[in-house]
Amino acid sequence: MDASKKHETPPEAADRKEGMRLLARATLAELSAAWEAIPDKPEVAPVRGPETGLVMVRGRIGGGGDPFNLGEATVSRATVRLSTGEVGHGQLLGTDRERARYAAIFDALFQNDARRPAVEALQRLIAARLEAEDRQRAEETAATRVDFFTMVRGED
Amino acid sequence: MYVAVKGGEAAIANAHRLLADRRRGDRSLPSITVEQVVEQLGLAVDRVMAEASLYDRSLAALAVRQARGDMIEAIFILRAYRTTLPRFGYSEPVDTANMKVERRVSATYKDLPGGQLLGPTFDYTHRLLDPGLHGDAAVAAPAVKEPGEQVMRVSDILDGEGLIESDGEMPEGHVAGDLTREPMEFPMPRDLRLQALARGDEGFLLALAYSTQRGYGRTHPFVGEVRIGEVEVELDLPELGFAVSLGTIRVTECQMVNQFKGSATEPPQFTRGYGLVFGQSERKAMSMSLVDRALRTDEFSEDIVAPAQDQEFVISHADNVQATGFVEHLKLPHYVDFQAELDLVRRMRREYEAARAGGKDGIKEAAE
Repeated sequence: MDASKKHETPPEAADRKEGMRLLARATLAELSAAWEAIPDKPEVAPVRGPETGLVMVRGRIGGGGDPFNLGEATVSRATVRLSTGEVGHGQLLGTDRERARYAAIFDALFQNDARRPAVEALQRLIAARLEAEDRQRAEETAATRVDFFTMVRGED
Repeated sequence: MYVAVKGGEAAIANAHRLLADRRRGDRSLPSITVEQVVEQLGLAVDRVMAEASLYDRSLAALAVRQARGDMIEAIFILRAYRTTLPRFGYSEPVDTANMKVERRVSATYKDLPGGQLLGPTFDYTHRLLDPGLHGDAAVAAPAVKEPGEQVMRVSDILDGEGLIESDGEMPEGHVAGDLTREPMEFPMPRDLRLQALARGDEGFLLALAYSTQRGYGRTHPFVGEVRIGEVEVELDLPELGFAVSLGTIRVTECQMVNQFKGSATEPPQFTRGYGLVFGQSERKAMSMSLVDRALRTDEFSEDIVAPAQDQEFVISHADNVQATGFVEHLKLPHYVDFQAELDLVRRMRREYEAARAGGKDGIKEAAE
């Protein structure tokens, strides 16, 4: 098979991975409000970035075959270290480096047992918004589904 | 003799100032914002992203605005911008089977799992100009309905019966090539051809696709399905040892089902062409899938009899940034080249006149 076979996510990392998925979709308003609400904020030191670059997005031939390079996308990323020692990574599509830095901070806070509940509250908020948006879009699409019916033929 | 000169700085500066003025247009009208372009001219934005080969809606909208709506100019600007950014890596291949589908139609099956979902389509409109859009009348909110079952892939339905070739495998150990890193070489493997087609000019691919329908490399196509929607982009983070999601992008995918091939060892089965494009653009995705199939002559031992089957011709001319660069450079000063040509044609003319005069004398002499 192809060389770019996905790394298996270690089970203990599954929560963090899902958390990072949500943080990548957070709005700046959600992130800054959650950050403002955190008491005794730790010091945040930059390790890398925030910076903007490119990721080559891949597709698969025929949808499920071997990979090919479809085209690039802008990505912003940041890595930060908290004064409490945790290192966090933030990475998301687009050029918003401020959001990437916040995402890294919350990823770092997520690894601190005392801080984690506040991060999870933010992630639940993001998840609820995304679910509502996806639901709305799915319902709008569903309304455009074609209902075929058979014409009655005048045989009798 | 032509003497090299320089100059034009003031003219160029004033021309660009005039361009900025004309771009802004009538000052009594409000200026258009990038957000408005993203929201209200979204398909122009999508085309710029696809052909610049860079997914970023707001940068693409900025390019459209900067280019005064000239699509190829906007594509050029965005393509140039991407060269200023570092490359972080390659994503995991997007999983279009798990797309959040906003439109999906199949021309091969009427009743299929997930159904025919028309989505926000121009199909079945009457293509009559809408005077209502002169104004800003309120637009009704979309209708909603309870979503139905999961959308299933048409190729999987046919594959269940073994009636269609598989998705597309490259030879063992093949690493996907990247046009942005290595120069083009022919013959070009299918993965690289798909990358070139995905960023190829929509008009060029449309014309080639049309030519296959008209008989120049016919492939007997059916749209197995076209689907539009969002897919997740995941990037492997080596420092963590797992892939994380960066967000979603909207893509259009076309699975073209083409007439069968079989051999002594393989039973007859449908063949396929594949199209995948950034944004919402089914014309482009369909054209890409037709051209992809037409270019697979080596796999099916087909004779190359038409332009759409000639990979060097198709791939070398599909990129509109390259094409416009070479065509448009002709308008730049060629004073010295032309002076040389002018000298040459004058000399040839003198020689011609001399030969003609000499020839007449020669004929006269022979007659005497």
